[in-house]
Amino acid sequence: MKQLLVFIRKEFYHVFRDPRTLLIMFGLPVVQIILFGFALTSEVKNADILILDHSNDVQTIQITSKIKASSYFIVHGEAKDNPAIENYFKRGTVKCVLVFPPHFSSDLFHNGSARIQIIADGSDPNTAKTIINYLTAIISDYQRENFPSATLPYQITTEPRMLYNEDDNGSLNYIPGVMALILMLVCTALTSVSIVKEKELGTMEVLLVSPFKPVMVLIAKAVPYFLLSMVNFTLILLLSDFLLHIEIRGNLLLLFSESALFILTCLSFGLLISNTTNAQQTALLISMMGMMLPTIIFTGFLFPLENMPRIFQVIANIVPSKWYFIIVKAVMLKGLGFRYVWKETLVLIGMTGLLLAIALKNFKIRLQ
Amino acid sequence: MEDKVIVCKDLTKKFGDFYAVNKISFDVFKGEIFGFLGANGAGKTTAMRILCGLSFPSSGEAAVAGFNVYKQQESIKKNIGYMSQKFSLYENLTIVENIEFFGGVYGVSRKEIRERSDKLVEQLGLQQEAKKLVGALPLGWKQKLAFSVAIFHRPKIVFLDEPTGGVDPVTRRQFWDMIYDASASGITIFVTTHYMDEAEYCNRVSMMVDGKIEALDTPGNLKKQFSAETMDEVFYQLSRRAVRKDD
Repeated sequence: MKQLLVFIRKEFYHVFRDPRTLLIMFGLPVVQIILFGFALTSEVKNADILILDHSNDVQTIQITSKIKASSYFIVHGEAKDNPAIENYFKRGTVKCVLVFPPHFSSDLFHNGSARIQIIADGSDPNTAKTIINYLTAIISDYQRENFPSATLPYQITTEPRMLYNEDDNGSLNYIPGVMALILMLVCTALTSVSIVKEKELGTMEVLLVSPFKPVMVLIAKAVPYFLLSMVNFTLILLLSDFLLHIEIRGNLLLLFSESALFILTCLSFGLLISNTTNAQQTALLISMMGMMLPTIIFTGFLFPLENMPRIFQVIANIVPSKWYFIIVKAVMLKGLGFRYVWKETLVLIGMTGLLLAIALKNFKIRLQ
Repeated sequence: MEDKVIVCKDLTKKFGDFYAVNKISFDVFKGEIFGFLGANGAGKTTAMRILCGLSFPSSGEAAVAGFNVYKQQESIKKNIGYMSQKFSLYENLTIVENIEFFGGVYGVSRKEIRERSDKLVEQLGLQQEAKKLVGALPLGWKQKLAFSVAIFHRPKIVFLDEPTGGVDPVTRRQFWDMIYDASASGITIFVTTHYMDEAEYCNRVSMMVDGKIEALDTPGNLKKQFSAETMDEVFYQLSRRAVRKDD
């Protein structure tokens, strides 16, 4: 036990004296949180649009000013004719053009229907769809205000409500994902590199010749990184609370325990990687690059898993961060208790056990 | 010569059909400086790993410090020290922290570590550098320090695997002075080297060729036996018989 403490103290010396480790450990989370929280947003704000008004009557001017008043759009003057529109799109200066045909008012009042054309830049389909939705909403709003149910005796109005996210905070979904991503990358990479480093430098040999048990080497390596990862996790929580204003609804103890479990999963992964390679570079490459893509794609925080082909959905099941993501979303954002996430927890426990067993077995085999 | 600290009888290590170590038998006595020589790939490292308790032999018997290499690896490890050709201290720890770490791993008490490490730092004349990171020391100093750390817990035997690789002649000489001191204090030295002048410093030398020990005697007797002027020549004559190539 005393030997273990001596070893753990040594590991802490290593961490705190290596600027690169510190940077990965504490710099990466801050950068990622800021990047994902602020830069990666699917909302559309201040979209540049143009209006081509062939009618210029009361109704079109009213609609135009209503659009101008919304914070979603910046209306850049008015185009003169149809060919000019295409030029704007080619230059990429506007995202959308709204075209009022001639005789808009008279069509509306005499024929009972008028048309507005919305042309959006389809090369960016997500933004285009969002803009079209916003514009359509503004126009139907106008219609409701000015011609209240005159023609429709029965009207169905939808009243949407964003449960768990009433303020429509766009970074809400990313944060649990980013948490999974950071823990996965940092824990796995640092653990595997720290073990492989000892092999590369030749100190592992000396440790193996010493009476210190090989399994204890693994434990001594895992403990400091486990503690540091918990600190790291706290840092991420604080950042998302104070910087991104994300309310943590669930039980903090549950959230920390689940995260501790996930950190263990990642550490086991790191130990496994360290067994398969003898070079720090390789270990770093496998754990950083090899883990990054599957984690980003299969966790489900950027791309909804439900929309993927069946085969990918199956693959996603073996990615630990997918389960952790579900747990964090449920606990942190929805404030649910353990009975809603016990299945996912069980999956993570199973994965950790399996990874750890393989890692330990490999470690022993290598010693023979 | 009285106490045998290493006893080897028909020690064999097979990897598949390949005999890395083929029925070697020898004894090493207490306080002796035993040179374990051989070309690369002759099986030195494999034999040494068995004696250090890192791997099991395929057949044959061996005991180190009185402990069986099959059953008592843990006891063996407590009684030996080890230093490899690769520098084996932590570069981003200070001298004292390194000593504290390795002393701690071998279960030396904290009080004893403090007393002995003060003395050691003084002996090595490193008082000025004691708080500096080991990475900042010149290679010669590092190797001397590594040796001191390897015998810090007062082992019965210390295994040195090409300890002086890449070290300048003056430092090598100083290094061997330290080996003599350790040997005089009763620690058995088991050393591999490729420097034949160092072989001359050993009490007895064994020569390994293709997994077998082809010669074992004092450097003087070996030279007589092979009617050679230097150990260099003895080594050359023996190694030429090797069928196996460097691995």
